[in-house]
Amino acid sequence: MQIRLLEKIKQLSTRFDLRRKWYRFSRSPLSIVGLVISVGSIVLALAAPYVSPYPQHAGLFTDFRHARLPPSFTYLFGTDEMGRDVLSRTIFGFQYSLMMAAVVLALVVPPGVILGLIAGYYRGTWIDSVVMRISDMFIAVPPLVLALAIAAVLTPSLVNSMMAVSLMWWPWYTRLTYNTASAVRNEYFVQAAEVMGASSFHTIFREILPNCLGPILTKITLDVGWVILLGSALSFVGLGAQPPTPDLGTMVAGGGQFIHNAWWISIFPAAAISLIILGFNLLGDGIRDMFIEEAK
Amino acid sequence: MEPLLEVKDLRIGFKTYMGKLKVLNGVNLTVHQGEKVGIIGESGCGKTTTMRAILRILATNAVIDGGDIQFRGNDVLKMDKKELTEMRRKSITMIFQDPTAALNPVFKVGDLLADVIKFSGSHDSGKHSKKELREKSIEALKEVALPDPERVLDSYPFQLSGGMRQRICIAMSLSTAKDLLIADEPTTNLDVTIQDQVLRLMKNLVEKKNLSVILISHALGTVSGTVDTVYVMYAGNMIEAAETKELFSNPLHPYTKGLLKSVPKLTGAGFSEGIRGRIADYINPPQGCRFHPRCDSAFEICRKENPQFLEVDANNHKVACWLYSKR
Amino acid sequence: MRLSTYIIRIAILVIFSLIGLSILVFVLARVLPGDPARMVAGARAEEWVVEQLRKQLRLDKPLYEQYFYWVGDIFRGELGYSILTKRDVVTDVLEYLPASLELIFLAAIFQLIGAFALGVIAGRYSYKWPDNMVRIASYVGISVPAFVLAIVFQLVFGWWVKWFPIQGVVTSGIELPPTVTGMTTLDSLIAGRVDTFLNVVWHMVLPALALCMGGMLQDARIIRAGMVENKDKDYIALASAQGLPERTITFRYLLKPSVIPAVTIMGLDIAALMANAFLVESVFNWPGFSKLGMRYMFNKDLNGIVALVLVIGVIYAVANIVVDIVVAYLDPRIRLMERGE
Repeated sequence: MQIRLLEKIKQLSTRFDLRRKWYRFSRSPLSIVGLVISVGSIVLALAAPYVSPYPQHAGLFTDFRHARLPPSFTYLFGTDEMGRDVLSRTIFGFQYSLMMAAVVLALVVPPGVILGLIAGYYRGTWIDSVVMRISDMFIAVPPLVLALAIAAVLTPSLVNSMMAVSLMWWPWYTRLTYNTASAVRNEYFVQAAEVMGASSFHTIFREILPNCLGPILTKITLDVGWVILLGSALSFVGLGAQPPTPDLGTMVAGGGQFIHNAWWISIFPAAAISLIILGFNLLGDGIRDMFIEEAK
Repeated sequence: MEPLLEVKDLRIGFKTYMGKLKVLNGVNLTVHQGEKVGIIGESGCGKTTTMRAILRILATNAVIDGGDIQFRGNDVLKMDKKELTEMRRKSITMIFQDPTAALNPVFKVGDLLADVIKFSGSHDSGKHSKKELREKSIEALKEVALPDPERVLDSYPFQLSGGMRQRICIAMSLSTAKDLLIADEPTTNLDVTIQDQVLRLMKNLVEKKNLSVILISHALGTVSGTVDTVYVMYAGNMIEAAETKELFSNPLHPYTKGLLKSVPKLTGAGFSEGIRGRIADYINPPQGCRFHPRCDSAFEICRKENPQFLEVDANNHKVACWLYSKR
Repeated sequence: MRLSTYIIRIAILVIFSLIGLSILVFVLARVLPGDPARMVAGARAEEWVVEQLRKQLRLDKPLYEQYFYWVGDIFRGELGYSILTKRDVVTDVLEYLPASLELIFLAAIFQLIGAFALGVIAGRYSYKWPDNMVRIASYVGISVPAFVLAIVFQLVFGWWVKWFPIQGVVTSGIELPPTVTGMTTLDSLIAGRVDTFLNVVWHMVLPALALCMGGMLQDARIIRAGMVENKDKDYIALASAQGLPERTITFRYLLKPSVIPAVTIMGLDIAALMANAFLVESVFNWPGFSKLGMRYMFNKDLNGIVALVLVIGVIYAVANIVVDIVVAYLDPRIRLMERGE
């Protein structure tokens, strides 16, 4: 059984040229840093209840005797205006942010990519025009503004803001996949497959899609950062997660008025946001490097 | 008589992700005033690198590991900016292999040509007026037999055909007086039908302006009809050099012999033979003579030491091969 | 095709997008639960009043008809009635939008200058320390959201190193100039009060920087990447071989082709300034459209929200058109290539 698994991994490794990709990825120290930060954030998010010193502070909790305490050994990041441990809430903030990113991307990527593949496969026909025109319409709109509008029109909450973000995010994947798929579609190996009698389904998913993976994976990784940025911006403004939810954006907003005498309330969540985004950006760059075709 | 250009034992490497490419392994080349020299060799043997080294336009990851380039007695590798610019503007000019890549795609041809003419004098020499520049540009284009020069000047490179682009490059090179022309495979990227035209054009201009020439090619036919002396290059070394007729009738180096044998004969008698083996890996090049893995005549010392590039008879026939040196 | 044809083509595309946007916004607004007429009239108004209002707001007509009336209104300059401020939305917009525009304008200038300067320097000295610093800075720039930067600026420059003011438009005590354009900077100049003008600009520095920093560093990185990539191209080698002066090569031959891929992104980033202004304004208490927008949103003022989104959408679209035009001007291949290339 173990041997079977090893065999399978070896197979995949050759098929997707994983060895060379890893080599290219690991050449850049920044990519490794990105990988560490990203994986670290995910682990932190998953283990939030077990890692935070005061997990109960993540929800409704007040302790005004210990409010606005500066960082100390008891409260590594200090406490906020309600007496809650900033460190614990920040760790839970990781959880919320990453969860939001995961949900949004899960909602957005499959339909977006499939639409893009279809449009690219049927390039030049009405399917192509319709799909691309619709997605162009969404792309023309400034993302934040539309998200704000949608979130505003609905009741502000984490869920609603996630939906708002999802709604305007999918076209980017369609466009990206469409561009790559159109280029790949005309390659000889695709035509060869068709000539041999491959069905459309097969051609799209087993010939074209694997060759689009590079840009798509890169974008997904970079998008984790963008979604978190957008989500925290919405929360900062008050349209996303509402207090007492330990969302990083909400926390930064909450600490804004105390910035002059209790800077830790805002700064630590703010740093957390930046760190996550940085990590995924570096990782995304590394993934992009993996898929570069080296000329000569 | 002092040679116009002398390259001695030039060693150049390139730093890459996979390690250092030790391309040039001690290149020797001499060009005299008025001489036309041809360099033949496979793709990747270092011909272009050598030429770029002469003008010092190597890529950013290039490293000069040793050797000497003398132009008119001046050390090119040690020149300061001012001298280098002088040399580039007034003495040496180069035609690149790919005319499409050589022309800046976002500028009109007229702009590119005007700049070359404008900056062809000494540092801040007499300024030309716009009108003068345009007239001179038109002159230059007429010299390379480009029809409708006005229209060409106002076009962008991508709007013109390959042959026209190469003519523009030739025009840029020869629009002002020069001593040495370096032509790096000038016709390789052109349609066969155009190749001959462009070559003939170049030949005429070279005669007219009395230039010294270094012509690079991997096509033996091109070279044989045009130049006085032929150098043969392999994997970063000059391995043979002789007057054209001499080289083709009496090749000495095993590589040269193999090369000449691999040209299909017009009589169509049988298949031509290739040379066994593959081109050297520059990261881990073969020890000693770089050709030895592919050479049928290789013996002990070939694997240990790289042979010197020496004259072997009075005909100025030079070879780098242990078969002909004393050891 | 000629430049003008190209521009028209883009304009049409953008108009279609705007139409799509307007439909989307409109449908969203109408699809909401709640009775707009009742909201305008108030909870205690009588039924027949609400009924009247419904007719007036054309709520009794089918959706698509409503849409066309709405579009007609917009073109007549009527963006509807704000239930919050109890006056035309247009008035609200005209009052608050200019302030945002001047802030965005300054941020755009900072962004352009900064991106070019940093990008060229990093490209010129690639792999040496100026380059490395720019690259590290650009990673930071991408990762730190504008509002986080705004808060950090507040902290650092407002409390620790008091170099810049962190609130408001002018230092308290200074009189505001008479309103002409709505932009305090221009109004000060028009009124001839240079000192006020400088004071306002001083107030704008921090928010503008917070706004543009991310985009600036990102664009610098792209310019730098372009320059490094093109540095080894044949046409640059040829230019060197021809003896052209280094300055000419760097600033014309190398910069132009390197900038072109960046211009699209630069344009997008400048357009994105609009969106980010939203976040930064509240931190610095700058009275721009974000303040207005926030109030609309929290009070569910539909007309206001819809109008605001539309206005921003139009400005964004215009910015995009301008960018496309600039790109087409800079890179002749884009407009002159026949299709199918």
